[in-house]
Amino acid sequence: MQNDVQNSLGEILAKPAKKQKRIEVMGRTLTLVSASMLIITLASLLYFIASKGLSTFFVDGVSLSNFFSTNWGPNVSPDQGGPFYGALAFIVGSFLVTILAALISAPLGVGAAIFMTEIAPAWGRKVLQPVTELLVGIPSVVYGFIGLTVLVPFIRNHLGGQGFSLLAGVIVLSVMILPTITSIAVDTIQAIPKKIREASYALGATRWQTISRILVRTSLPGLMTGVVLGMARAFGEALAVQMVIGNSGMVPGSLLEPISTLTSVITLNMGNTVQGSTYNNALWSMAFILLLMTLFFILLIRLMTRRREY
Amino acid sequence: MWRKGLKVAGAIGLSLALIVGCSNGGNGGDQSEGGGLSGNLIAVGSSAMQPLVEEAAAKFMEENSGVNITVQGGGSGAGLSAAMDGSANIGNSDVFAEEKDGIDSEKVEDHQVFVVGMGPVVHPEVGVDELTQEQLIDIFTGEVKNWKEVGGKDQEIVLVNRPESSGTRATFAKFALDNNEEFRGKGGIEEDSSGTVQKIVGETPGAIGYLAFSYFNDKVTPLKLDGVEPTDENVYSGEWYVWAYQHMYTNKDSQSKELEQAFIDYILSDEIQESLIPELGYIPVNKMEVERDPEGKVSEKK
Repeated sequence: MQNDVQNSLGEILAKPAKKQKRIEVMGRTLTLVSASMLIITLASLLYFIASKGLSTFFVDGVSLSNFFSTNWGPNVSPDQGGPFYGALAFIVGSFLVTILAALISAPLGVGAAIFMTEIAPAWGRKVLQPVTELLVGIPSVVYGFIGLTVLVPFIRNHLGGQGFSLLAGVIVLSVMILPTITSIAVDTIQAIPKKIREASYALGATRWQTISRILVRTSLPGLMTGVVLGMARAFGEALAVQMVIGNSGMVPGSLLEPISTLTSVITLNMGNTVQGSTYNNALWSMAFILLLMTLFFILLIRLMTRRREY
Repeated sequence: MWRKGLKVAGAIGLSLALIVGCSNGGNGGDQSEGGGLSGNLIAVGSSAMQPLVEEAAAKFMEENSGVNITVQGGGSGAGLSAAMDGSANIGNSDVFAEEKDGIDSEKVEDHQVFVVGMGPVVHPEVGVDELTQEQLIDIFTGEVKNWKEVGGKDQEIVLVNRPESSGTRATFAKFALDNNEEFRGKGGIEEDSSGTVQKIVGETPGAIGYLAFSYFNDKVTPLKLDGVEPTDENVYSGEWYVWAYQHMYTNKDSQSKELEQAFIDYILSDEIQESLIPELGYIPVNKMEVERDPEGKVSEKK
């Protein structure tokens, strides 16, 4: 077996350069095709969602002021002043759950990462690493289901309200994005060159001084990348959130009130509306906003991860 | 330089061809060959109808080995548009095509295959088991916010709705609430499936929602409306007016009319109407003593 391989390799190497060249060209073409597939897919997705989402305004003639209001009633008959396609409450809802979840998860994730890398590396790698990996692997529908059966009744019985609330969504999301933030933070902190730690100790800094003033500061862009990635995931999460937030189309006045997000409105209504109707296009406009937000998050990451000199 | 450009263009062209090559659409119901039915049918749409259509399809395929029927969910809107553009043979819908925005009802043919009765349900401990329609409208329009105002306990009312686009919600708003402008953004919660509504109404103190009869169970209390009980018999006679036809729409220019008709006739046959339909908690369309047109006018069945 080994000999065969070596022989054939030897033969290939002994062959004239023409065949070499053909193999080169073939390999190049193959990779180029794969790459262009990716680009075409993305371009067509962008085009499709944008054309659908914008036709709400250009074809169906829904005014921007109608779309960016909090009045949602696509089935309200014209003699009652409708239909209303106000999506502002859902946009606000999406941002609220995302930002609040990031506020809870960012310190927890970064703290866990520092513990794993600096304070108890052996224990951290043995116990915490598998824990975070497992958390990543739990499907979102399971999170939602646990939220619906455990968290919602708990909030209803101990904090009041209906249980379905902004708070429930925030808690479910922060658990969901915690592993993302943690694992990226771990990678970032581990990537800091040893010489920097050594220099800090050589100057007489304690371990905590080294961590708080040197490590966190140098790895800040990487840590922020993790947080933004987590936020992107939270912003686009549909199922788990939809199951616990109650999907009420209004801007919440408190943490205990039900809310709607862009994703939950899309998943609730997409199947029951007809392709090409204004209602359906309004849902596409929301999808377009989600897409723009994701692009914004990615831009943010690109800006933050520019190479730094230590 | 231009050769490089040519190569890139070639690669892009090739990958496009690959993409196109991978998407071979179309579905064909073959014409039957001499007596025995054969071919493929695709039925898409209302998830409320799905369990029944699936069971019926399985039985139909047992009796006609040459036939293959695929049943998918996706919602009434998806079903109607699939029937309209011919991407599926049968579109299942719980509303009339005339009621759906963006559907050309000229292009599709309506077959009403069974009836679903719906009714308001409440959490068992609200202390109310009967309402007048007036009270129901007040509750769902947000006029009445506490159960004690309609003779129940001192308990805040929690509305549990279906999404804006749901067929069940449309039926309920049209008939039970008499087309009243309902309860938007007043803190009611919305859930995407009847199963979830049933669970939430059963668990949340003070909750009221609405469900198809097939979802009634001992965890929720169905309400009487104006003294009429939500039963199948009262739907037959038209006394209980919150019900909807379940439709199977076919395309008027379909290539496999014969097979579609055969399957729909099978669902309308006594065999299915008298066994499977009541078993799953639905109402046989052939027992109805009244009928309703797309505008919602009810008349005696001829």
